[in-house]
Amino acid sequence: MSDPAQTAPRPRRSLLQTDAGTRRRNAAERRFRTYGAAAILTAMAALAVLMFTVFRDGASAFVQARATIPVVIAADVVDPQGNRDPAEMAKILTMSYSRLLDQALTREIARSGIQVGGLTQRDITGFLSAQARADLRRAVLADPSLVGQEIEWRMMTSSRVDAMLKGRITREMAARDARTSVAQYDLAMALRDRGVVRAGFNWRFITAPDGSDSRPEAAGLGVAILGSFYMMLIVLVLALPIGVAASIWLEEFAPKNRLTDVIEVNISNLAAVPSIVFGILGLAAFINFVGLPRSAPIVGGLVLTLMTLPTIIISTRAALKAVPPSIRDAALGVGASRMQTVFHHVLPLAMPGVLTGTILGLAQALGETAPLMLIGMVAFVTTYPSAPPQGLFDPASALPVQIYNWTQRADPAFFERASGAIIVLLAFLLAMNLIAIWLRRKFERRW
Amino acid sequence: MSMMRMSAAALALLAASALPAAARNQIQVAGSSTVLPYATIAAEAFADNTDFAAPVVEGGGSGAGIKQFCAGVGPRTIDIANSSRPMTQAELADCHANGVARVIEVRFGYDGIVFASGINGPDFALSTQDIHAALAAEVVVDGRRTPNPARRWADVNPTLPAQEIAVFVPGTKHGTREVFEEKVMAAGCDASGTRAELAALDGDKAARAACTALRSDGRAVDIDGDYTETLARVDSNPNGMGVFGLSFYENNTTRLKVAPIDGVVPTVASVASGEYPVSRPLFFYVKADHFGLVPGLKEFAEFFVVDAIAGPGGPLADYGLVPDPQLAAVQAAVAAEHVMGAD
Repeated sequence: MSDPAQTAPRPRRSLLQTDAGTRRRNAAERRFRTYGAAAILTAMAALAVLMFTVFRDGASAFVQARATIPVVIAADVVDPQGNRDPAEMAKILTMSYSRLLDQALTREIARSGIQVGGLTQRDITGFLSAQARADLRRAVLADPSLVGQEIEWRMMTSSRVDAMLKGRITREMAARDARTSVAQYDLAMALRDRGVVRAGFNWRFITAPDGSDSRPEAAGLGVAILGSFYMMLIVLVLALPIGVAASIWLEEFAPKNRLTDVIEVNISNLAAVPSIVFGILGLAAFINFVGLPRSAPIVGGLVLTLMTLPTIIISTRAALKAVPPSIRDAALGVGASRMQTVFHHVLPLAMPGVLTGTILGLAQALGETAPLMLIGMVAFVTTYPSAPPQGLFDPASALPVQIYNWTQRADPAFFERASGAIIVLLAFLLAMNLIAIWLRRKFERRW
Repeated sequence: MSMMRMSAAALALLAASALPAAARNQIQVAGSSTVLPYATIAAEAFADNTDFAAPVVEGGGSGAGIKQFCAGVGPRTIDIANSSRPMTQAELADCHANGVARVIEVRFGYDGIVFASGINGPDFALSTQDIHAALAAEVVVDGRRTPNPARRWADVNPTLPAQEIAVFVPGTKHGTREVFEEKVMAAGCDASGTRAELAALDGDKAARAACTALRSDGRAVDIDGDYTETLARVDSNPNGMGVFGLSFYENNTTRLKVAPIDGVVPTVASVASGEYPVSRPLFFYVKADHFGLVPGLKEFAEFFVVDAIAGPGGPLADYGLVPDPQLAAVQAAVAAEHVMGAD
């Protein structure tokens, strides 16, 4: 600072009037604030567009059109021998049952007096989901007394009819679509107006297993959610104890020497390794060497454990570091051993940080796709895995790979399903992050 | 302390439960992404109609599937490989070398390969000659091999629209690519007489390679992903044209316009009659060494090709498969466990 008395007197200089330098500095600050606001706005806009498209395309996956019509279980179709022997009846394939459904729909059209021109057999058969015949066959085999009776049967419509009710397929598009027709569109609208076909909440989407390419309407996330849950269970059971034990040793007990330095650098490096590398490792080590089965949650869980460990170790060490040394000094001062100090005082105080780190690590693992692709999780699995521990070795899918899988399929209805699955995955991630925030708020201690 | 005890217990639990994982009761299938939808439909119907566990079906491509299939015998290896091309002699030899002695080849139907452009673009009526002339890496001009000069379809054939050439072709890991090279590029090369000109310049062998080489100046783009990626590229490029499987096109007729080839529009009927020139058989390969080891394997192989599934009017044909006219012979061969290399 120069002495103000020595500078030449400048006219009209006042604190109330900004000079050129101050104006420049103020302008620079305003510009910087604008850049900051623009950066945030860009990020928010990108997020908003992403969320908007996901919800626009995916929200309808939670709604499904169903038809309720009386079906006559004709004995000559399902039990040609006439002896009601379940073993004999099991020889009748699902394709025969579609005749019953076709007849039922045709009767329903005649009964409600719907006049639609150019309706072909294909339009009738393609109106109802292929899942309906499988469900009907299962019901008849489970209860052979149904044969010969007329039952009120509620079933899904095909994905094309479903899309018509949701407005995704218009009458003009139906004319161009090789998989449907204008007649089928008119029939769908007429049956909707008479209340035969109704849209309702689609629980199947969350609970049912995957459906094949010919029945997108039946595809659900059940197996994928269960598979993801099993994998998270393995990650939690393995990564939390191992990660916490490693961090405690490194932070509280390890001598500071070259070896521990190398370990520390390697942990930081592992956290930055692309996840696909862990997938290759999993394929080589767990499947080819140990001989664990393909497509099994156990392999996925182990791979994700390896991937999550560095994250948990780093966050746990940070949480341990944040516990003030005075706590340790006080404990040691009253005669506690170092282990007692750690387990009675330091670790409980660091627990909120540890749990937050663990949950964030789990959330990251839940959304991970790349390593699972190599170990056979991108598979068509329609059987629920059994309860653990055996279920950990049964084939299963996972939420993110199910999304990937559905985006690869030809039928446009799977695109809607994939977006719906993204919504489910986002809901899980949001819930996990909220738990992490809640834990931090509830147990956080400040010094 | 409790932490350590917990982790030790967890590891012990894992080690203990890893032991009974040797046997498996569900069939494992992997391979061609073209066959994948048919395999999932058959697997789902198999689970609907029998008491066996539903087979687990993976994609990954024909070559990758056959490689996994031939890796050996035992519960760790897959039971069925899907393929959109026949298994080569080298692959079969690899199988035999790894102890996979009894491989049953099952041809369950045919698939057409179609050229389709965006729904809002102009109509195309192509011939294999046009496609070869538009996509070949090198053509013969004035008796010399030159890099393909064609920029627009009209440069190739004046009756075609004056639209920039931009074709998305399945990448080399796809079985579809091989069929495309053989049935379109090589056929077009023959039909236009380019092969004879090339052979006169450099000999037969070089001519064969030059006939199927695609241009790499960005007008023919390899797509390593699935048809959905090709569709997205065609959607975003108004000049784009893609190579698709017939069943994929049938599912997306609201977004795609198909080009007839040599005057024939691809449909299940025209492929079945052989009128449409670009089609290929679809296969799956069954490891007969696993019969009795994996429950339901033979039953699934037989179920896949019964008339109610793979025949006309069955769910596979509904999805776009062209049924095999000789399905009865295929059924008999599967029932008799006719292994490859036995005759």
